Amino acid sequence: MIKIFVPRDSSAIGLGAEEVALAIQAEAKKRQVAIELIRNGSRGLYWLEPLVEVATPEGRIAFGPVTIADVPGLFDAGFQKGGVHPLALGLTEEIPYLKRQERLTFARVGITDPVSLEDYLAHDGYRGLKRALTMAPAAIVEEVADSGLRGRGGAAFPTGIKWRTVLNTSSAQKYIVCNADEGDSGTFSDRMIMEGDPFVLVEGMTIAGLAVGATEGFIYLRCEYPDAEVALNAAIDSATAQGYLGGDILGSGKAFRLEVRLGAGAYVCGEETSLLESLEGKRGLVRFKPPLPAIEGLFGQPTVINNVISLASVPIILDKGAAFYKDYGMGRSRGTLPIQLAGNLKQPGLVERAFGVTLREILYDYGGGSKSGRPIKAVQVGGPLGAYLPESQFDTPLDYEAFAALWAVLGHGGVVAFDESVDMSKMARYGMEFCAIESCGKCTPCRIGSTRGVEIIDKIRAGEEAERQVALLRDLSDTMLASSLCALGGMTPYPVLSALNHFPEDFGVTSAQ
Amino acid sequence: MNDQAFDSERVSGIIAELKTKPGALLPILHAIQDALGYVPQGSVPLIAHELNLSRAEVHGVISFYHYFRSTPPGRHTVYICRAEACQAMGSEALEAYAKSSLGIDYHENTPDGAITLEPVYCLGNCACSPSIMVDKKVHGRVSPERFDDIMDSTRSAP
Ligand SMILES: Cc1cc2nc3c(=O)[nH]c(=O)nc-3n(C[C@H](O)[C@H](O)[C@H](O)COP(=O)(O)O)c2cc1C
Ligand code: SF4
Ligand code: FES
Repeated sequence: MIKIFVPRDSSAIGLGAEEVALAIQAEAKKRQVAIELIRNGSRGLYWLEPLVEVATPEGRIAFGPVTIADVPGLFDAGFQKGGVHPLALGLTEEIPYLKRQERLTFARVGITDPVSLEDYLAHDGYRGLKRALTMAPAAIVEEVADSGLRGRGGAAFPTGIKWRTVLNTSSAQKYIVCNADEGDSGTFSDRMIMEGDPFVLVEGMTIAGLAVGATEGFIYLRCEYPDAEVALNAAIDSATAQGYLGGDILGSGKAFRLEVRLGAGAYVCGEETSLLESLEGKRGLVRFKPPLPAIEGLFGQPTVINNVISLASVPIILDKGAAFYKDYGMGRSRGTLPIQLAGNLKQPGLVERAFGVTLREILYDYGGGSKSGRPIKAVQVGGPLGAYLPESQFDTPLDYEAFAALWAVLGHGGVVAFDESVDMSKMARYGMEFCAIESCGKCTPCRIGSTRGVEIIDKIRAGEEAERQVALLRDLSDTMLASSLCALGGMTPYPVLSALNHFPEDFGVTSAQ
Repeated sequence: MNDQAFDSERVSGIIAELKTKPGALLPILHAIQDALGYVPQGSVPLIAHELNLSRAEVHGVISFYHYFRSTPPGRHTVYICRAEACQAMGSEALEAYAKSSLGIDYHENTPDGAITLEPVYCLGNCACSPSIMVDKKVHGRVSPERFDDIMDSTRSAP
């Protein structure tokens, strides 16, 4: 039986993977070729999707991008035995884009059948949990702390310290909450994990529960990800059926239960306290801190809230040890970052690399430069609240501190490239507009300031007293930076002012006043 | 807009099934919108009563979230991504094309009742921009021609 892989990843499906899978099945039947069709996650080489793979004795061979019209020709060429065809890409693992990655968190994505627990176990799944079950809670927390893992959701707070606080806060009920709101433009690594290896997230959350003494977990998933919901629920169901979740995890006497809850299209609900309000059934108004969620979180109880990638990195840390993970990276940025390449690039996709790789390597060695063939003018890193970087900053290594020194952020690892046709004053206007649309409304600098910001930038763009308006924009940005309650209002000035500072000509002013 | 007649029995059934969940309001609103396509104004007092909330609180939650709607949508909802990665690949032109070819603006339904147009801010499909979502299915690298094809098959779908 020949194994053929066609991704079930929603981006691949958005390019026709479902139709290709059906066509392959139909063609195989017609030709009486016995195949086993496996719907894997995406390898993350999105310019090649739908990427079809065939298992051969030498390893898996890739073909792509495949359309339904290509399917009969692929069979004519004997692709199921690795035959020669114009779409053939050779051994998947030898494709340089993939070969030059360090896939720790994404070790299984694209390789396994995401909803098969058997496949997960066959590829080192649940080894971290099994080790954790032999350890004291505090020892699990210290393993995570020693790994140097910092939150991948944006704020880069050390995960071990957060867990230690929850462990040391006594309460009859504690919670693990996974932040799967992934609202940042240019990011899709959470989605790829949830669709492509949901068990790794389930395992990470279970380990978190053991570590801090929490018996219940929620995954707060944005409703724009319906396929992730299906995959997560399938994983939760089979983990529960096989005793990896529930009242008595693998006979340990420890309990952990998990439920997926859907968001409803509010960007601010990715902010952790807004998310907790939303989970409680309320409007997503940001809470004042303190109290920290680690002390008074969901329903007033001590709560670990972590991003998908943070939690999905925990199993390999427990399996291979803190030192193994910590060995990757630079400075205080330890481990790997799943970088998401998007926007105007020839080769957009998922690149997991140790911290320290430069933006230029990412954009050109992996991204292949702009898709339009025109020079890349600006890159927004870290989502809608991240700064725009000009060409002169492309040699910056991906490292939290190196980015902070440039008044920029890595955030959730999204990299969005724009070619020279972009008008940066328009992007600045969009930054303010987005803040106005998504503001929770709790504080004035954000609620009123963002709307004022749009008006001011409109005047600048219309050439009305540009210099005076630019000064007003700076004042307004200072106010938002200094006195917003959360980073939505507090960081919107990053994209706005970085656009202005690096590209004043797009605002009709001569130098950055 | 006047409130429509709605299936209050179905709504009551949904509320009864979900109301004991902790933080039940969002799951209930999702279930109602999944079943009816929107959250009818008339369901607000039913929800408020069963969850021991004021009507204003329930209404406040419905209006806070962009996804929940209080008016019936068309048979299919088309979401167009307006966020940065899609802008870098020409989503603004796609938005303009969609509005003019469908003859409607955001939050409106086509006169034949087939399609509702909504903006969305990132679909996690940013490596295949520009992106749209039709009901629950994402489409990538959407050119105007592809948009027309997708709309044709959407209109002919039930
Ligand atoms: C406006 C706003 C939106 C955010 N959106 C997300 C998000 O979608 N996903 C996420 O993991 N963190 C998001 N965050 C960061 C969270 O507040 C929080 O830092 C994170 O969930 C903590 O998990 P981590 O330590 O594992 O990163 C957002 C923050 C702000 C201010
Ligand atoms: S900064 Fe904006 S989103 Fe954050 S709390 Fe204030 S109003 Fe709400
Ligand atoms: S920015 Fe459009 S899909 Fe992410």
